Amino acid sequence: MRIFTFVNNVWQNITSRPATRLYPFTPRTPIAGARGHLQIDADTCIYCGICQKRCPSNALAVTREPKTWTLDPYKCIVCSYCVEACPKKCLSMNPAHK
Amino acid sequence: MAKRSVIPFGPQHPVLPEPLQLKLVMEDEKVVEAIPAIGYVHRGLERLAQEKDYQQVTYLAERVCGICSFIHSLTFCQGIEELMNVTVPDRAKFLRVMWSEMHRMHSHLLWLGLTADAFGFESLFMQGMRTRETILQLMESTAGARIMLGTCTVGGVRRDIESSAFGEINTALDSVARDLDQMAPTILNDYSVRERLVGVGTITAQQAFETGAVGPVAKACGFARDFRTTGYAAYGQLDFKPVTETAGDCFARTQVRFAELYQSVDLIRQCMAKMPAGPIAVPVKGNPDGEIIARTEQPRGEVIYYIKGNGTKNLERLRIRTPTFANIPALLKMLPGCQLTDVPVIILTIDPCISCTER
Amino acid sequence: MLTNVKEISRDTLLNEVAAMMPQGYRFVTMTCVDCGEYHDIMYHFDKDYVLSTLRLKLLKGQKLPSISDIIFAAIIVENEIRDLFGIPVKGLALNYEGRFLLTEDAPIAPFNKPVVNTETKSNN
Repeated sequence: MRIFTFVNNVWQNITSRPATRLYPFTPRTPIAGARGHLQIDADTCIYCGICQKRCPSNALAVTREPKTWTLDPYKCIVCSYCVEACPKKCLSMNPAHK
Repeated sequence: MAKRSVIPFGPQHPVLPEPLQLKLVMEDEKVVEAIPAIGYVHRGLERLAQEKDYQQVTYLAERVCGICSFIHSLTFCQGIEELMNVTVPDRAKFLRVMWSEMHRMHSHLLWLGLTADAFGFESLFMQGMRTRETILQLMESTAGARIMLGTCTVGGVRRDIESSAFGEINTALDSVARDLDQMAPTILNDYSVRERLVGVGTITAQQAFETGAVGPVAKACGFARDFRTTGYAAYGQLDFKPVTETAGDCFARTQVRFAELYQSVDLIRQCMAKMPAGPIAVPVKGNPDGEIIARTEQPRGEVIYYIKGNGTKNLERLRIRTPTFANIPALLKMLPGCQLTDVPVIILTIDPCISCTER
Repeated sequence: MLTNVKEISRDTLLNEVAAMMPQGYRFVTMTCVDCGEYHDIMYHFDKDYVLSTLRLKLLKGQKLPSISDIIFAAIIVENEIRDLFGIPVKGLALNYEGRFLLTEDAPIAPFNKPVVNTETKSNN
């Protein structure tokens, strides 16, 4: 049993750079391939409504007439199940977190 | 006889990350009895699972727990796959193990930090969280999210880890192992840490068996009860032994979890070395029918999914028994006889996850 | 598929459960399923990673004898079944009376299948 075992760590922590980022001034660069938020390319969308049916959290609402595609960002769980289901591949995941 | 008084501990308490209430019957400073009260975060997820189709339930199962989420979806998928006789490709099995072990590491590191916080060692808490960040980054780069990986699906996994990413994973694991080495003397050998943990909250092997304790609580009593040894996913092809201790106190549970961190590093390395090439998922047709019980080992212990399908896309019943649910009776056996100051430490060494307990 | 299932009745339940622990079985959990006319109550035990199940068919309206005197760990799950399925449990060591998981304003027995009441339908 020893005492002062943490002194080494403390010394290293004092002399090394901070582990955190000064956030609003130095934002984190998005990691490639991350599921940040859902995006739609509205020009290719055919408003078929498959994404709405697949969505586990009912975050999407699609209507054919008039042509609307609505995402409730507070309901979306960013699982990208809709992205896989989309027949026209117009949905995509942006790696930046919103 | 000293006068008895009742102290409500929680649901809001500085050391508790989640709402658990314990009514502590005290005699002076000593706990005589503890009565739990839960129900603050009951969400009715099992009921919701009956309304969704079984593919969607994979994402729902993942959200049962905010810490060991991947293993929840893995258990659910394994259950459905067994019901529908789907054979998962080998590569997918190895990928599942990799993500499971990453989850085990980040869960244990979070637990380590919170326990350090509970016995008043704030800087050790920060050390733990800093190391955990490396793993979270690793999960985001390999799976696309920090906690809710969403990579497990019925029939395999949704994302591959290219062998070009193995170098990055190895570097991250090296840095984690270095950080662990740095923390080890403090956690395992420091005078003040041992004063708070050794001999506190002891349960005997017999009590652990009677209360049905699982995971590190049972392993700290000498039960080598680790569901990974049955070889689900790719665990059968990997070389490891369950970690056990015999003392059954808070310190033994700490030792078990700390040793499991090293074990996870080793398991991920073995996975990368043995990873076969091939497809990562097979298409699944049809609907589940029949009953099945799927079990896996989570950071906190064994999790059980009872799945009953009726041939439609909706499930008839999904029942989830999480490890904390099984460890609460053990907690009630640990508390009587301890001092009030030790209560937060004892509660945290079972690694409570109340949201999964109530679902 | 579920293996090692043994059908038991309400009268033999306590004896069957009491016989499990001395044989080295660890109590795992209980599961309740609403099967329309009756509830399926399953008692899961584990020995050497093999799960054994005792299955009890409990007609609706019947009381469930508590096993918490034999196995202390069952109090939590029995209270949960009492809450979510509204099955009265007889002889609980620690009885929360339906307020374990649910609050006062919660729906009663939310996990039971909705019963279609034909009488009210025809009246409307």
